[in-house]
Amino acid sequence: MSKTKIDEINRNVYDIKNADNYDFKMEKGLNKQIVEEISKQKNEPEWMKKIRLNALETYNNLELPTWGPDLSDLNMDDLATYVRPKSKLNENWEDVPEEIRQTFDRLGIPEAEKKSLSGVGAQYDSEVVYHSIKEDLLKQGVIYTDMETAVRDYPEIVKEHFMKCVPVTDHKFVALHAAVWSGGSFVYVPKNVKVDIPLQSYFRLNSPESGQFEHTLIIVDEGASLHFIEGCSAPKYNKVNLHAGCVELYVKDNAYLRYSTIENWSKNMMNLNTKKAIVGKNAQMDWVTGSFGSRVSMLYPLSILNGEGAKTEYTGITFAGKDQNLDTGFKVIHNAEHTSSVINSKSISKDGGACTYRALVRVNKNAKKSKCSVSCESLMLDDISRSDTIPVNDIRTNDVEFSHEAKIGKISDKEIFYLMSRGLSEEDSRAMIVRGFAYPISKELPVEYAVEMNNLINLELERKHRINFND
Amino acid sequence: MNNLLNIDNLYVKVGEKEILKGLSLQINKGETHVIMGPNGAGKSTLANAILNNPEYKKTDGNVEFEGENINNLSTDKIARKGVFMSFQLPQEIPGISVLNFLKFAKGKIENKPVKIFEFRDTVNKYAEELNINPKMLERNLNVGFSGGEKKKNEILQMLVLNPKLAILDETDSGLDVDAVKTVSKGIGMYKNNDNAVLVITHNMRILESLNVDYVHILVDGKIAKTGGPELIKEIEKEGFKKYKTTEP
Ligand SMILES: Nc1ncnc2c1ncn2[C@@H]1O[C@H](COP(=O)(O)OP(=O)(O)O)[C@@H](O)[C@H]1O
Ligand SMILES: [Mg+2]
Repeated sequence: MSKTKIDEINRNVYDIKNADNYDFKMEKGLNKQIVEEISKQKNEPEWMKKIRLNALETYNNLELPTWGPDLSDLNMDDLATYVRPKSKLNENWEDVPEEIRQTFDRLGIPEAEKKSLSGVGAQYDSEVVYHSIKEDLLKQGVIYTDMETAVRDYPEIVKEHFMKCVPVTDHKFVALHAAVWSGGSFVYVPKNVKVDIPLQSYFRLNSPESGQFEHTLIIVDEGASLHFIEGCSAPKYNKVNLHAGCVELYVKDNAYLRYSTIENWSKNMMNLNTKKAIVGKNAQMDWVTGSFGSRVSMLYPLSILNGEGAKTEYTGITFAGKDQNLDTGFKVIHNAEHTSSVINSKSISKDGGACTYRALVRVNKNAKKSKCSVSCESLMLDDISRSDTIPVNDIRTNDVEFSHEAKIGKISDKEIFYLMSRGLSEEDSRAMIVRGFAYPISKELPVEYAVEMNNLINLELERKHRINFND
Repeated sequence: MNNLLNIDNLYVKVGEKEILKGLSLQINKGETHVIMGPNGAGKSTLANAILNNPEYKKTDGNVEFEGENINNLSTDKIARKGVFMSFQLPQEIPGISVLNFLKFAKGKIENKPVKIFEFRDTVNKYAEELNINPKMLERNLNVGFSGGEKKKNEILQMLVLNPKLAILDETDSGLDVDAVKTVSKGIGMYKNNDNAVLVITHNMRILESLNVDYVHILVDGKIAKTGGPELIKEIEKEGFKKYKTTEP
C-alpha cells in the first residue's frame, strides 16, 4: 500500500493466514435460528431483527441467477455466516490485538492513515476492529463509524436508508446479505461539508469456510463532497469463502461522491457483491474499481440518476487469471433530464481466465437531453483466455446522445518488437504494454492503490523481478 | 576490428513469400550507407531481419554483428549489442512517458542504472536540438503524436541510446522541409568515426547534408548495384527501371 513497499510487496502480504482464532464462530448453515442468533450476538434492536428475518424469507423464495458464472460450488451449509474476532472496536491501533493489528500493518493501513487518509475503518472477519476519524471532520459534523454503532446511535437515519437503495428483493444474495449482514461502515457528510482527504475502509476475511457480509451506507448531503476508498483481501483456502457485501450510496443534490475500490480477494472467494447509488439534482457519483481477486465475481454497480443534471462516471478494470471467472460491469438508469453517464471499462484475461463485461444502460422516457458514452476494451494475453461483452441498452427516448465502443484485442507483436528493439526483454515489453492498457484506469485510483495495482499486474504476469518503469 | 555489420547471402521469408533473395551487405565503422529501391523491394524487410523480428524468417545466409552471428539472437539482445532501428511506423505505447521510457531503455542497453538528473539534461539538450517541445517528453510514448513528432522522437531515441549502428527506415518520409532538415541534423549529431548509419530513403533531400559513402540499390530482394553518391543522381533521373529484372 505504501510507496516504500514497491519492491517487497508480493502475494504473501495478502496470503498470510492467521490462525482461526475467533471469539465466536457461528455454526455452519443458514436458517431462522442462525439469523436470530446473529441478531442476539449483536444485541440489536427488534426492528433490525425483523428486517433480517423477513430477508431470510425472501432469500428462501428467490432462485439463483440463471445466467452468469457457475455458482454450484456455493453451499450455505458449508459456510459460517458470522465470525466475531477476538477484538472489540478500537480507536487506537495499539489497542487492537497484536495478531490482527499485524495483518493490517502488513497491508499498510495504519501507515496510509497517517499519510493520506482522514479516517479509517478496518474489519476483520465479521466485525470492525478499528475505526477512527480526524478531529476536524468530527467538528464539522461528519459521522464515520461502523454499521453496528450506526444502528445503535442513529436508528432513524439507518431505518430511513438501510436496504432502501438496494431492495432486499433485488436478488438472492442481497436477501442473504440483509439476513446475515455484519460490520461495514456508515458515513454521513452534512450539507456543504467538503471532505478533502479520503476515508478508507478495509475488509479482511481471515476465517476459512465463512462469509463476509459487511454493509456500507454513505449519505453525502446537499452540496457536500467525499472520496471513499474501499479495500478488501483474504488469504487463500482450499474451500469456498463467500463475500456478499452491500453498498448503498445516497448522493444528494449538488453533492459529489467518489467511491474507489481495490478488490483483491483470494482465489477461493465467491464475490457476489451489490452496490448502488441514488444521485440527486446536479450531483455527481464517480466509481473507480479495480478487480483482481476472487474465483467468481458478480458485481455490477448501479447509478440511478434521479435528479436533473445528475452525472455519473464509471472507471473500472478487471484482471482475471487462471481459474477466475470475473463477471463485472456497470449499470446506469437515466431518470431525469440532462443527466449524463460516462463508462470506461477495461479487462485483462490470461491463463484461461474469463472476463465478462455485463452492462445495462437505461434511459427513461423522462430523461430527455441526456448523454451516455460507453467504452469497453479487453485484452487477452493468450489463446486460452476468454473475454465477453454483454451490453444491454434500453433507450426509451429519442432525445439522447448515446455512443458505444467495444474493442477486444491481444498484445500486438508489432508493439513487442518495437519495445524489444529498444533493449527491453519480451517480459518487460509485455508488462509495459499491459500497464499501459491499464493506465487510464490506474491513474484514477488513489496513488497507493495505483502502485499496488501495478504490482498486482506484475505478479499476475509472473515476473521474477519487479520493476517500476516510472521511477 | 573495423567491421560492424556483415550480411552474407541472406534469404528471408514473410509467411510463404520469399522477400530477400541472397542479399549481401557490409558496413564498417565510420560509414554512412544509403539503401534505395522501389516500394515492396524488401528494404523494411532487411531492417526487420537484421533485428530478428520473429515475423521475418531467415531461410539461408548469415547476419553478423561485430563478428558474431546474430541470426537467431533475440531482438532485445541485438539492441543491447548496439543496433538501433528507427521505425517507419513507430508504435504508440500508453502509460509511460517518453522520458521514463528512454530512461528505462537506456538502463537496459547500458545494463546499469541511469542517473536521472544527468540523464534528463542530456535528453533535454537533444530535444532542444531537434526542436522537440519539452512537454512532449512528458507525454505517453508516441500516443497521439503527429507523423513528424513520431519521427523526431525516433531520432531522439537514437541520439539518447547512442547505438553503434543506426538503421533509419524512411525516417524522412512524409515530413515537411523543416522536419527533414531536423532529422538530418540529428543524424549529423549522431554520426562519428566509431559508429555507422544505414539510411533507407526515397528522399534525395535528406542525403544532401549527409556525407554518404555508399549507395545500394535494392531491387527484388537483392542488392542490384552498389556505388557512391553519384548513384543518387542517377536514380533521381532514371528511377529503378533498369535494375528491375521481373515485374512484380
Ligand atoms: N509483415 C508482413 N506481412 C506480409 N507481407 C509483408 C510483411 N512485411 C513485408 N511484406 C511484403 O514483403 C514485401 C517487401 O516489403 P517491405 O520490405 O516492406 O518493402 P519496402 O520497405 O522496400 O517497401 C512486400 O511485398 C510486402 O507486402
Ligand atoms: Mg518500407
